[in-house]
Amino acid sequence: MLLIPCPWCGPRAQTEFHYGGDASLRRPALSTARTPADPALVDYVYLRDNPKGLHQEHWQHAAGCGQWLVVARDTRSHAILGSAPPGGDPLSPPGTDDPAA
Amino acid sequence: MQLFSALAVLREGLTGQTGWRRHWRKATPKPRYDTVIVGGGGHGLATAYYLAKRHGITDVAVLERGWIGGGNTGRNTTIVRSNYRVGANPPFYEHALKLWEGLSRELNFNVMFSQRGVLNLAHSPGQLDGYAERGNAMRLHGIDAELLDRDGVAERAPMLDFGRDARFPIEGGLLQPRAGTARHDAVAWGYARAADALGVDIVEDCAVTGLSIDRGRIRGVDTTRGLIAADKVGVAVAGHSSQVMTMAGIRLPIESHVLQAFVTEGLKPMLDTVVTFGAGHFYISQSDKGGLVFGGDLDGYNSYASRGNLPLASDVAGNAMAMMPCVGRLKVLRSWGGVMDMTMDGSPIIAKTPVTGLYLNGGWCYGGFKATPGSGWTFAHTIAQDAPHSLNAAFNLERFATGHLIDERGAGPVPGHQ
Repeated sequence: MLLIPCPWCGPRAQTEFHYGGDASLRRPALSTARTPADPALVDYVYLRDNPKGLHQEHWQHAAGCGQWLVVARDTRSHAILGSAPPGGDPLSPPGTDDPAA
Repeated sequence: MQLFSALAVLREGLTGQTGWRRHWRKATPKPRYDTVIVGGGGHGLATAYYLAKRHGITDVAVLERGWIGGGNTGRNTTIVRSNYRVGANPPFYEHALKLWEGLSRELNFNVMFSQRGVLNLAHSPGQLDGYAERGNAMRLHGIDAELLDRDGVAERAPMLDFGRDARFPIEGGLLQPRAGTARHDAVAWGYARAADALGVDIVEDCAVTGLSIDRGRIRGVDTTRGLIAADKVGVAVAGHSSQVMTMAGIRLPIESHVLQAFVTEGLKPMLDTVVTFGAGHFYISQSDKGGLVFGGDLDGYNSYASRGNLPLASDVAGNAMAMMPCVGRLKVLRSWGGVMDMTMDGSPIIAKTPVTGLYLNGGWCYGGFKATPGSGWTFAHTIAQDAPHSLNAAFNLERFATGHLIDERGAGPVPGHQ
């Protein structure tokens, strides 16, 4: 069982969360001409770094506060190294990336 | 190669089993090969075998980081079937199934292929209609399929819960009689032995650490046992495809996920077919040793850990109890995890890459074992001819950009379809 630290609710069981995948992806600007073969869009939708080791990923505390968060996790060991609100840095010390601070 | 036969078994029985020899040489890598296959699992070994057997290319090395049979080949639930419906899938998997049917004889190695059938349960009239449509699509491809009503299912698998108060009452099912199971590591051993006999070097304990590429062309591989030059390199390392292909600067439409499997204590024969649950994700068969072998969904997050977590084990057990409550008091003896290449459309990649002479076989999601002979057969063709066979032409890397996805479940670009 993963114990995921929700920035709002504290450590909670993995079964309360929904996995959202790689948090490093950035959707390309929508103003560009989007043909089916637009390489930036294809990369965004389909391609992944798929790292063996540190992975920054989205989770949603779906059965809790409902918020999305970013979790830093080691894909070799499942060890969770930190979490942060979306857009934050899960590896920085707790509190320093609190958007309200 | 020392052939297996009834006579050989008799002779060895009379001489104290002292005459058996190693089934393949412990090869030391040469500095150069025509073709190097990265990955000594079933797919890589089958590729080497068919390169030698069908294409006469014998100056081949298979490089395996660990030992033969120690990776995903030994971690699956051994199910073999071709009950597919979409695009290139049915002919490809049916080709593989036909190779399975002759494989023990072809390799002179008993892979214990048992055509005990795969039965997909339907739990609503709508789902049964869907299976009728799938069965018809299969039959149009020349694949065997039988639609069973509730009584037909009860006849084949009476231990399932046929109560009308079952959580998901059984309405019927789709049976592929020619599908079944095989002894997974025997497949790796059989291909290794047969490839070795044709001159292929099988190099264990040899991890690839880099790909040597010069002006867009492969030159060889860096390994923990030195540099090995090669004109062609085939990568068959599913689970770790991203890790190897990133050495060539190629990002893949793949995420690695963990899939668990479970085995119970041994029982007397009680289940003589493979059954899959239609109201969840669960599949079960009984091994020749008597243990029930079963599994379900991915754990659901990126992982290279080769082990899963309790929530999914609990989910799988819940599926089992809904489908066949009679297993409720069995003890699970073992569980383990395999690392899966999950592609963005659920279908594999057997293709050329942007690097000349570098070929990729991967993206097997959680269905690579059944494809092993067909995968090796088509990958060997792709490497030997520098062009895909018609059976695997659609399993290319470009389909994600061109929109020609092979999305059997119609689930969109989500690895594992969760």
